[in-house]
Amino acid sequence: MPEPSAAKNTGAGGATLDVRVWRGGADGEGRYQRFSVPRLASQTVLDVVTWIQRHADPSLAYRFACRVGMCGSCAMSVNGVARWTCRTHVAKVIEGERLDIAPLANLPVVRDLVTDMREFFDKWARAKGQFQPTATRHDDFAVVRPESQARAQVDAAIECIGCGVCYASCEVVAWNPEYLGPAALNRAWTLVRDERDGARLDRLAAVSGDAGCHACHTHTTCTERCPKHLSPTASIAGLKRATALAIIKGDL
Amino acid sequence: MSTKGVLEREPLSSRARGEARAWVAQRVSAAVLALCVLVHLVTMIVAVRNGLSADAILDRTRGNLAWAAFYSVFVLAVGVHAPLGLRVVAAEWLQWRGRSADIACVAIGLALIALGARAVAAVAL
Repeated sequence: MPEPSAAKNTGAGGATLDVRVWRGGADGEGRYQRFSVPRLASQTVLDVVTWIQRHADPSLAYRFACRVGMCGSCAMSVNGVARWTCRTHVAKVIEGERLDIAPLANLPVVRDLVTDMREFFDKWARAKGQFQPTATRHDDFAVVRPESQARAQVDAAIECIGCGVCYASCEVVAWNPEYLGPAALNRAWTLVRDERDGARLDRLAAVSGDAGCHACHTHTTCTERCPKHLSPTASIAGLKRATALAIIKGDL
Repeated sequence: MSTKGVLEREPLSSRARGEARAWVAQRVSAAVLALCVLVHLVTMIVAVRNGLSADAILDRTRGNLAWAAFYSVFVLAVGVHAPLGLRVVAAEWLQWRGRSADIACVAIGLALIALGARAVAAVAL
């Protein structure tokens, strides 16, 4: 892979960023490639990656869609920390003039900055992250009181965009690849507290044990890094309480 | 074609159930230990501050059913808590999981209980 020259990469005049981008394939082989990228006001990390692809190396693979923090597809590791790149300003994360951009940790790399998210989302299914209705189309609408404790707990956890930042940041996922991870468990918690759902005990069983909520060490890295300021840690603690109560009641 | 409806319950995994129970047992034993360690430390400090010799302490503990019961609970809590913790360490740090790890942890738990029971017997009987 040719090393692009700084002169070729640099835009018109002004300050430049010294950016190192991970280039490599699914075999795990790869290296960091350096780019000089023009420094702009209010520039995001996604802007930097997009500039590189458009002006320096069109073969760079990365993933994004909405650019406004809704779709959860642009998460990458920036200076060693998983972040949503579309809403991460360069000014907030730069160390010196240096920016290291790599694919998310704890996920297989497809190419360059693109990770394979299948395992991440398969774990949502394994945590029984699908709503199981108890009503039919002939029943009336369910009335859920917004001020009820259950609904308040769902509200606190429901805005997950599935970006994978928590999963890439979780030490327990790194130790135990079977661990369902913060996002899947957070999703399960929103359904456990959904009064319309009919699969509560099955879900509690699915999230129990070595690969489930009981493996969480409460390091709270997921909560610290979640770009939506959710607390998967609180959701996982809720699942631990719910499973303990189910055991005491003899339901589990 | 499957006749299973969405409302039908799937059988609960006995493994998941066992793991969840192990977690509860570890938390409950931790709560018991927190109290036991506190009582044990305070008692030791008070006994030493009052200048009691080992013989004088044994005079007070031997034949005392309350101390025998207290330290028996302490030992049992250790016998539950320590192996469950080691099992998690073995799984996460050594990637040692499954039946062999479970058996090793049960053996460690039984050994701790046996050693503890011997000490309780020496102090309280």
